[in-house]
Amino acid sequence: MRATLVNQLRVLVPIKRAIDYAVKIRVASDGKGVDTNVQHSMNPFDEIAVEEAVRLRERNKDAIKKITVVSAGPVKSQDVLRTALAMGADDAIHIDIPDKSLPGSLEPLAVSKILKATIDKANEEEEIGLVILGKQAIDDDASQTGQMLAGILNWPQATFASKVELSGKGDKGDKVTVTREIDGGLGVVESQIPMVITTDLRLNEPRYASLPNIMKAKKKPMKKYKISDLGLEKEIQPRLETLKVSEPPKRQGGTKVENVDELIAKLKEAGRI
Amino acid sequence: MPRARGSIRTFATSSALLDSLLFIEHKNGEINPATLSALTAAQKLGGDVHGLVLGSESDAKAVAEKASKIGGLAKVLVSTSDAFANQLAEPVAPLLKSLVEEKGYTHLVAGHTANGRDLIPRASSLLDASQVSDIISVDGPDTFVRPIYAGNALATVKSLDKTKVVTVRGTAFDAASTEGGSAAVEDVPAGSPEVPTKFIEEKLSESTRPDLGTAPRVVSGGRALKSAEGFVKYIEPLADKLKAAVGASRAAVDAGYADNALQVGQTGKIVAPELYFAVGISGAIQHLAGMKDSKTIVAINKDPEAPIFQIADLGLVADLYEAVPELTEKLQ
Repeated sequence: MRATLVNQLRVLVPIKRAIDYAVKIRVASDGKGVDTNVQHSMNPFDEIAVEEAVRLRERNKDAIKKITVVSAGPVKSQDVLRTALAMGADDAIHIDIPDKSLPGSLEPLAVSKILKATIDKANEEEEIGLVILGKQAIDDDASQTGQMLAGILNWPQATFASKVELSGKGDKGDKVTVTREIDGGLGVVESQIPMVITTDLRLNEPRYASLPNIMKAKKKPMKKYKISDLGLEKEIQPRLETLKVSEPPKRQGGTKVENVDELIAKLKEAGRI
Repeated sequence: MPRARGSIRTFATSSALLDSLLFIEHKNGEINPATLSALTAAQKLGGDVHGLVLGSESDAKAVAEKASKIGGLAKVLVSTSDAFANQLAEPVAPLLKSLVEEKGYTHLVAGHTANGRDLIPRASSLLDASQVSDIISVDGPDTFVRPIYAGNALATVKSLDKTKVVTVRGTAFDAASTEGGSAAVEDVPAGSPEVPTKFIEEKLSESTRPDLGTAPRVVSGGRALKSAEGFVKYIEPLADKLKAAVGASRAAVDAGYADNALQVGQTGKIVAPELYFAVGISGAIQHLAGMKDSKTIVAINKDPEAPIFQIADLGLVADLYEAVPELTEKLQ
C-alpha cells in the first residue's frame, strides 16, 4: 500500500452474467431449473454499476485511480467482464466456478464471501474503497449480495441508489452522499469510504461500448482465480436446496369487449365495481 | 400435545420449538401493512412469533403498544435508541443477529419492502445464513416458494441453515388483524450501536390516494399517455372515480410522466389488487412481473397485438384518449 499517494481510490464492480432480460424464460422439463441454453448478457443493474463507476471517475478525475470488475461463474463470465472493460473499467478478475462444481447455484451469501476474499487479495496491491453492485440480479431476483457483503466487511451500505456524489479525493473517510429509492419516495444518506453501494435503475443510462473500445478491452488485464486460490471450496456450498422449479399458474385467456359500456357491464357482473 | 407456555418455557433454544422473530417495520407511528402479511406467513412456520420494534424512545414505545394488539403475536420486543430512528441497516443488523442467537429463534422474518430488502440481508450475512427473498408460500418450516426470473418461474427451496431468514411478499399473504391480541411487551437493551451512515432527509411523494402496494384497485398508465399532463388528465380522474391508487409502467416513469415511486414491475412495486387497469401499457415482461397476480386485469390499448391482452381478463381495443374519459364519465 502506498499511503503517500492521494489518488488512492480503487472501485470494485461485481457483475453477473445472466439470461438476457428480453428472453422469454422456459422452465426445464426436469423441473430443476430453467432452460439456460439461451442468450445471456450482463445483468442490467450491473451495467448501471459499471457506468456509475466510470462516470464517478469522469466527474472526479483525481479521486479514482482504478476501476476493477469481477465476476464469479463459469468461463463464459469472461464475456461480461470484457463488456465492462469496453465500457471503461481498467482491469478484471474472473473467479472460475464451473457450472458442474456445485450441486446448486451460487447463492448471494457465497458471492459475498467470494467478494470479500477478492477484496482482501486486491488490497495487497491497492486498497478497494468503494464497491458498487447492482441492486438485484434479474435471474434469482434475490437483492441480497451488496447488503451481505457490506455486513461481512462491516462497511456502511447505501442500497437502491439513484444518485451518488463523492466529495473529496477518494481517500478513506471521504464522504459519499447517496440518494436512495425507498418505498414512497427518496431518502438521502451520507457515509464514508470504504462503503458498498447498490444501484437502482434510475441512477444512469449505461453507455454502449464502441468498437474501438471493444478492441482495446481485449488487451486489458484479466486475472483468473480458482475458488481454491481463495480457500473457499466449502464456504460456497449451497445452503438452499432447490426442490423444484415450476411454471407459474397460467391466467385464463381473457375476453375482448367491444366498447366502454360492455366493459362496465362485465366489471359489474364480476363484482369489481 | 400442547406446547408448554409461559414461565415453564425457559429454554427457548430447545430444537423442538420453532419460534420466529418478526421485524416490525413502521413509519410515522404506523405499522407497515407488509409486516402484517409477513406475520401471517410466520404463523405458518409452526411456533410462536415475537415481534421486534426498533426506534427512538419517542416512537418505538407507541408502536410497540400498537403491535401488542396485533392478533397472533406472542410477544413484542422493543429496543429504543436514537441509532434506530431511521432504521438504517448498520445499527439494526447486529441487533437482529444477537437477538436471534441469544434467544434461539429459528426464523427471522420481515416484509420484502425497500426497508426489509435493505436490512435483512445484512443481518442474514452476520448470521451466516442464506436468505430466502420474497416468498409467496410457506410449504413447511424450512421450505418456501419464491418467484424467480421476474415471476416467470416459481422455485421451491429448502433452507439447510440453522436460522432461516426470509422476506415475505406482502400481496401473497392476508394481513394479520391489528386487533384482538394482547402480547406482553418486553424491553431489550440496544447496546451501543454503531451508526457509520448519516441519515440526511427523506422526500416522500405526497398523495391523498390509497397506497399503491396495498390498494384494492390500481389504475396504471404507460408511455401512450405521452406526457405528465396526460397522467393528470386521463389516469388520475379514472383512479379517483374508482378510489384507486395510481401506478405507472417503467416507460412512463423513465419518460418523466409519473413519479418513480409509482412504478409497477420487477424493479418497482409488486401489486395484486382486486382490479388492475392497464391503460396504454404494452405489457413487457418486466411490467407483468409486478401485476400479473391481480384478481381482474383490464387493458385499454389501441394495439390489438399488445402482449397485455394475453393476460387481461377484459380487453378493450380503443384509443385511450376517447375510451378513458368515456369510462370515467360513465362510472357511477
